[in-house]
Amino acid sequence: MRTIFFHNEPKILGSFGVGGKDESKSPYCKHFDTLFNDDYWGEDTFELCERKMYINAVQGAIGSAGLNKSDIDILFGGDLLNQIISASYSAREMETGFLGLYGACSAMAESLLISGVFIDGGYAKNCIAATSSHFATAQRQFRTPLGLGSTDTPTAQITATAAGACVVGLSGAGIAKVSSATVGRVVDFGITDATNMGAAMVPAALETVITHLENTNTKPENYDLIVTGDLGIFGRDLFLDNAKKLGYVFENYTDCGAEIYKGNKNAPCGASGCGCSALMLCSYYLDLLKKRELKKILFCATGALMSPLSTFQGESIPGVAHAVCLEAI
Amino acid sequence: MDIKNRINKEQYNNQVDNMSPKSKTLLECIKAFIVGGLICVFGELLNDWFLSMNLTEDNAAIARTITLIFLGAILTGLNIYQKLGKFAGAGSIVPITGFSNSISASAIEFKSEGFITGLGAKLFTIAGPVLVYGISAAIIYGLILCALGALGI
Repeated sequence: MRTIFFHNEPKILGSFGVGGKDESKSPYCKHFDTLFNDDYWGEDTFELCERKMYINAVQGAIGSAGLNKSDIDILFGGDLLNQIISASYSAREMETGFLGLYGACSAMAESLLISGVFIDGGYAKNCIAATSSHFATAQRQFRTPLGLGSTDTPTAQITATAAGACVVGLSGAGIAKVSSATVGRVVDFGITDATNMGAAMVPAALETVITHLENTNTKPENYDLIVTGDLGIFGRDLFLDNAKKLGYVFENYTDCGAEIYKGNKNAPCGASGCGCSALMLCSYYLDLLKKRELKKILFCATGALMSPLSTFQGESIPGVAHAVCLEAI
Repeated sequence: MDIKNRINKEQYNNQVDNMSPKSKTLLECIKAFIVGGLICVFGELLNDWFLSMNLTEDNAAIARTITLIFLGAILTGLNIYQKLGKFAGAGSIVPITGFSNSISASAIEFKSEGFITGLGAKLFTIAGPVLVYGISAAIIYGLILCALGALGI
């Protein structure tokens, strides 16, 4: 059984999201907690900028929970860079325990799920789940230099410059409770095109969402919203189409990657990146849960687990997705 | 739920191929033709200008090439060439200005990892394969020509 039921009701006590230039033009931008308007945010390199975003999100979340640094036991998190340097170098600035996670863009759901387990089991008092991504750092690592003049494939998604963090604990008022979660399987349907990651992740997303519905004995209509991470605009359509083939009609379904850059002509297929789903969850969906405009959502962040090396060696792209069910208090 | 048994892998891949938004090849070819052509016209004009300054034909060709490389690098540094490349695709990649762009873009990009391990090591990440196979092809071509010459053909 890959579905976990949290009996002690771990709660999200505080959350915070940071976004960059393109996020400032997002239709959801008024919900985002902090925005900055260039690629560096006053730092010397893109990597330092991403780290600043990460630290900012973590500190913001601690502040929004009304806690201090010293109240946090463990930080769970990761990012897209080699050896997850954004997360681990940010943890250097914290006086907490740190468990670094890599799940590509599924990192937000992965760290939230593990935070829930630690809190529910009584192994920690307060935990933080945090993740980030930066367009320029991802572009450098996975694709070509930024200054190279070339066209984009129509299915290519733009890595979001964003970070998000949630504090999970038992005491306090809280924003939402974490009621159940499903650990995803790695699913590979043989997609080799690294510019079509939505298609590579759709089977994993379907597997996790449907497994969660089956194991919790729920139907899509029992959720106010089912949110996937970064399948993008094409991936969202592919998800809905294949869900229908499996006998599931998702009427209240959305995808963070398809939503965050809505109306942005430079991102015809939407966004990707750990920060994309993290920012949308921490700043927007949790806000709606807090106001009780949403009562119950299933948040399912999706990750494509390839590296530039595996792509060059001609391997296909495995996908993974983890689901966390959040309910208004 | 085991997705592998519920969705056919082959059918899924076919669906992805059919449903994926496609590049507008004809439109992109036209854009590439116009921009690439204009860069070449500009090169010819430069050539004529250098010739009018009494440079020999060989020297005028070298001066033209150097000027185009210089302009490609400057425009990359000013963040203009990448915008042109987004519009023109191969039209601005194939001319020598595109070669210049690929090297200067790498230089700017990897400067943050130091002049030796960054800029020096990564300068030719994009242009490197073109150089390796371009020069190799030139050597093979030269050897064939040399052999044919020796045989008196």
